[in-house]
Amino acid sequence: MTSLPEKVERKMGLVIDLDTCVGCHACAVSCKEWNTQGYGAPLSDQDPYGADPTGTWLNRIHSFEIEPEDAPAQIVHFPKSCLHCDDAPCVTVCPTGASYKRVEDGIVLVNEDACMGCGLCAWACPYGARELDRAEGVMKKCTLCVDRIYNDNIPEEDRVPACVRSCPAGARHFGDLSDPGSAVSEMVRARGGMDLMAEQGTRPVNKYLPPRIRDRHATAPDTLRLADLAEPEAKGFLGWLDRALERLG
Amino acid sequence: MHPAPSIVVFTVFSGLGLGMVFWAGLGAGPDHGAARWWIAVLALGFSAVGGLASTRHLARPDRAWRAFSQWRSSWLSREACLMVAALGAFAIYAAGWTLGGVRVAALGWIAAGLALATVYATAMIYAQLRTVPRWSLTPTPQMFLVFAGVGGFLGVQAAAALAGAEVAAGWALPGLVLAAGVAVWWQTEAAGAGRRSAGSDIGTATGLGRLGRVRLFEPPHTGSNYLLDEMAYRVGRRRAYQVRLVAAWLGFLVPLGLALLALAFGGWLMVPALIAHVAGMLALRWLFFAEAEHVQAFYYGLR
Repeated sequence: MTSLPEKVERKMGLVIDLDTCVGCHACAVSCKEWNTQGYGAPLSDQDPYGADPTGTWLNRIHSFEIEPEDAPAQIVHFPKSCLHCDDAPCVTVCPTGASYKRVEDGIVLVNEDACMGCGLCAWACPYGARELDRAEGVMKKCTLCVDRIYNDNIPEEDRVPACVRSCPAGARHFGDLSDPGSAVSEMVRARGGMDLMAEQGTRPVNKYLPPRIRDRHATAPDTLRLADLAEPEAKGFLGWLDRALERLG
Repeated sequence: MHPAPSIVVFTVFSGLGLGMVFWAGLGAGPDHGAARWWIAVLALGFSAVGGLASTRHLARPDRAWRAFSQWRSSWLSREACLMVAALGAFAIYAAGWTLGGVRVAALGWIAAGLALATVYATAMIYAQLRTVPRWSLTPTPQMFLVFAGVGGFLGVQAAAALAGAEVAAGWALPGLVLAAGVAVWWQTEAAGAGRRSAGSDIGTATGLGRLGRVRLFEPPHTGSNYLLDEMAYRVGRRRAYQVRLVAAWLGFLVPLGLALLALAFGGWLMVPALIAHVAGMLALRWLFFAEAEHVQAFYYGLR
């Protein structure tokens, strides 16, 4: 049934620290590796070794540049996957009942046996978290590694999503965001964890911790005058030479 | 958004067919031997062409039957159910009309109401998407309903002309004038609507906007992917004005001229009027998708 549950018992999700992420793509690679071999259809690639490779990924790492008014520009690496929204628009648009949100942990999943590949859920998602697998013809999305987190057959430290387990920088955290006492909720409170595109009304469960404000030193290079540094005004003999050469045309 | 031919054909032809069901159900069109057949067959035929085209957009059409299950929550599912109900009711009505020569008015009204509801549900598939301001911030359902109504009326008149029956070309005029007005409005007002926004930009998409100006430094992958091919697809936006102009002429002004001429030179002119209208609608519907911008594109530094 593609109506959203009125209440979920827990809100399992990720907290992603944009201050610590180094943009290594390890989480994307381990996500692809784990999810291509376990739950549901494999994550296919098309023309993987050819001139125009494409493929299905559940986690993609963008890099953005922030240019503050009065400080040097800053690069922020930005992992993006399903945010397991409370008001997930991808679920209610589904015509076949393939998309659903679980009551017990709030995870948004696709029943691949019922998906007819119409793509409407991908249209409804503001975040680009759903990708239609071009080999299988069904919608793929982050499952929050539902086949790891409750899996008694693997060591306890591995019972977190593959992206969290593989992150070498400790930028990804997994936990229950409905529990105000959980470590992830603590982190969201302390660091001003934010929703992406809150104006879309999706009420995402996953939160992003904004990069910390950097120190500003008087001796820092002023990026606004880099152009001047590239062509310094020549003085003395060099200045005379410069003007003489200019006269030559 | 990617203007998939399957969806363009689906929305135009199902709108046309259901528009014919609406008018025929209300009792429009001559009650005359061959005309009954032409109207019934064209109405069901256009709707069937549209319905079949829609399955071409599915990656797994063998599971299309599942789309009848989620009518409580999904507009796409509601549309599928309403479409079958409308065409089913009209098929019974048309059987009585063509074979028995009886118009069961109550059944016709039910079919007409269901046809209207189906077109509305089709439009709501797009209008519900907050992610595409082009569709959710413009009167999408009104446009779909007006265009289906005009196309359906022209369809009924063209079918009557093909049967050699009397054509009510004069009645088409007010509808066409109204629709031409809507098209002109579309030309002027909606041209800017494609750029309208629900307050989302690359700053809110990343949450980094409050720290400064944000731009994409490096995309996550060097090739394309499903998201870029489908949601961030860009085609022909530079020529949107010209396409809209052609669509307004073909879709409304040419049929209006032909309907005026039909008053003097005979009803057969309603056939080219219908053909021009459908060509114009295909162009306009293509633009409906091609011009639409999805907020996902912000993550790729696009819009």
